[in-house]
Amino acid sequence: MNILEIKDLHVSVGGEQILKGLNLSVEQGSVHAIMGPNGSGKSTLANVLAGKPGYVIDRGEIHFDGDLLNDVDPEVRARAGLFLAFQYPVEIPGVSNMEFLKAAVDSLAAARGGEQTTAVEFVKSVRKIATALDLNPEFLKRGVNEGFSGGERKRNEILQLLLLNPRLAVLDETDSGLDIDAMQTVADGINRFRDAHNCVLLITHYQRLLNHVVPDVVHVLSDGVIVKSGEKDLAVTLEERGYAWLTD
Amino acid sequence: MPVEDLVPSEYSAGFVTDIESETLPPGLDESVVRFISGKKQEPQWLTDWRLQAYAAWRAMTPPTWAHVHFKPIDFESISYYSAPKNFEDGPTSLDEVDPELLRTYEKLGIPLHEQETLAGVVRQTPNVAVDVVFDSVSITTTFKEKLAEAGVIFCPISEAVQEHPELVQKYLGTVVPQRDNFYAALNSAVFSDGSFVYIPPGVRCPMELSTYFRINAQNTGQFERTLIIADAGSYVSYLEGCTAPMRDENQLHAAVVELVALEDAQIKYSTVQNWYPGDKDGKGGIYNFVTKRGACRGARSKISWTQVETGSAITWKYPSVILRGDDSVGEFYSVALTNNYQQADTGTKMIHLGKNTKSTIISKGISAGKSQNSYRGLVRISPTADGARNYTQCDSLLIGGNSGAHTFPYIENKNLNAIIEHEATTSKVSDEQLFLCQQRGIDAEKAVSMIVNGFCKDVFRELPMEFAVEAGKLLEVSLEGAIG
Repeated sequence: MNILEIKDLHVSVGGEQILKGLNLSVEQGSVHAIMGPNGSGKSTLANVLAGKPGYVIDRGEIHFDGDLLNDVDPEVRARAGLFLAFQYPVEIPGVSNMEFLKAAVDSLAAARGGEQTTAVEFVKSVRKIATALDLNPEFLKRGVNEGFSGGERKRNEILQLLLLNPRLAVLDETDSGLDIDAMQTVADGINRFRDAHNCVLLITHYQRLLNHVVPDVVHVLSDGVIVKSGEKDLAVTLEERGYAWLTD
Repeated sequence: MPVEDLVPSEYSAGFVTDIESETLPPGLDESVVRFISGKKQEPQWLTDWRLQAYAAWRAMTPPTWAHVHFKPIDFESISYYSAPKNFEDGPTSLDEVDPELLRTYEKLGIPLHEQETLAGVVRQTPNVAVDVVFDSVSITTTFKEKLAEAGVIFCPISEAVQEHPELVQKYLGTVVPQRDNFYAALNSAVFSDGSFVYIPPGVRCPMELSTYFRINAQNTGQFERTLIIADAGSYVSYLEGCTAPMRDENQLHAAVVELVALEDAQIKYSTVQNWYPGDKDGKGGIYNFVTKRGACRGARSKISWTQVETGSAITWKYPSVILRGDDSVGEFYSVALTNNYQQADTGTKMIHLGKNTKSTIISKGISAGKSQNSYRGLVRISPTADGARNYTQCDSLLIGGNSGAHTFPYIENKNLNAIIEHEATTSKVSDEQLFLCQQRGIDAEKAVSMIVNGFCKDVFRELPMEFAVEAGKLLEVSLEGAIG
């Protein structure tokens, strides 16, 4: 069963067409990697999936769990189980991580008609995840991403992934700017998330993350369309030969 | 949804109470001043004092230096006195209060029945004594007897004039002189009612004191006057709240508040100002032109102003402290939120006269819609104020792309021993921040309210508990529908 189904997707940003007829199916329980050169449309794909304002769908359809997603508000997509790990997570000064995460968890719980977790339970589960990700639990008291290093921000994104436990995780260059140890920690987090019920769309510029998080399918995105798909070996080939042989 | 999609909020206190009032016809001359004074059966000295103020006011012109724009006010079109009719003889108990009026306060969530709290039923505002001013008169003061046991006087100022004339005469106009400024002079001439507080030496006031101001009548100005005296070594925390009905015309509110802190005394004055701000097109709303000033007269005295300003079409207000006593302390914590077409020009003055005097100013301005929000502050260190210190922090937060934030700090230092620090920041609620919140399932309104509350944290923690909760909710309501 496909969780994500993208058909003939055309997207423009600021009047410029970036995605030009993209097709993609991601089935439950799988990890798909999207690779491609700079400017090929990788981040545009991530943002349009999450419903970021300014990303205009000119043609085509995005289906999530069978529902058409094109005009759905970002928070509704999130509540339906679509998660985006940001390439550059922004700071929200004055709003503590604790308050932010609790608001997120509560709004998802409310949307699912479930009960809200108590503050005590909540703090317990966050601390557990934070420890696994090498984040000092003291970070909960600080403002969202406030004064965080690049690596801390990315680990905070993975923490949110594990805490919110979505159906689809779109990771937008989560590996960029990470040293080797942080990369391993982030990869462990992603591996911990993957299971038979959810799926992952891993957007990356480099092959190295794929050594740690082994994808089921690798796609090459070039000039707004997927030009090649293959198994995990494709990533290795790309690392050796670059993208030029596919795009020329 | 970009941040720009700001739409107006609903004003929940905007209802009108249908009540029979005795209202003076519009216009102001000496006979109006005499009428008000006569109505209150005031002693001659006070009538004369009012007439002096009236004469001074006639010769003055409204200030034009504030960063606000509005059509000149026609002072002849305002009525200077309005009172619910059946108070002619003054209510002696709540049973005599018009039930319609009681319902007004129920709607506003203000308890007028003190027995409910006395009986141990926990309500929203436990242990708060309330004085309520409706249009021009004080309606009721709760917990009077309990306060009297501690020697605390808390009553309408009109009553204090009768019962404690020596205190009123000694302090009235000593902090804000009659001719201090145009609106203060007007208030001195026509002030109708307000609260009077006296805390005797060494007494810690056993409960929070609170006044609730409500403008109801049409085309009426509200000119209340508050006088608080904390005698040596005493302490009082005082809360002030305000609302008004939604009306198409602008209404004038020109109050004067005077605080006096003697040796080792402390006054904490908190305001949650929620006057009607006008509609989304800028029609109607209160002109809030208020003079608030405290005098730290005694050594080691302390006056602390905390204000949360969300209402009014125009706010012109600078709660100040004159630090005369050595080692005295002045504080100003402010949140001013403007939305739609609101304009605020607010801040403080810290006048350092005594040695080792300290002042702290924390100002948070939030501008949304097409509003303009200005901080204006003066820190003056006189040659006598050896070792004076001031710390000022003023932060502005912009929501959307059509609002303005302005800062006008004035620093006048005449003492080389003084230490003065000033920090200022301007930030914006960005589309990126909102999108991050939305992507985590938090809707945009909740996100903005979280961000704004976080921004105001330093000020909210200065508010008494009951008010902190109210203030947080108020910001949420004022921003309601702020995001499309």
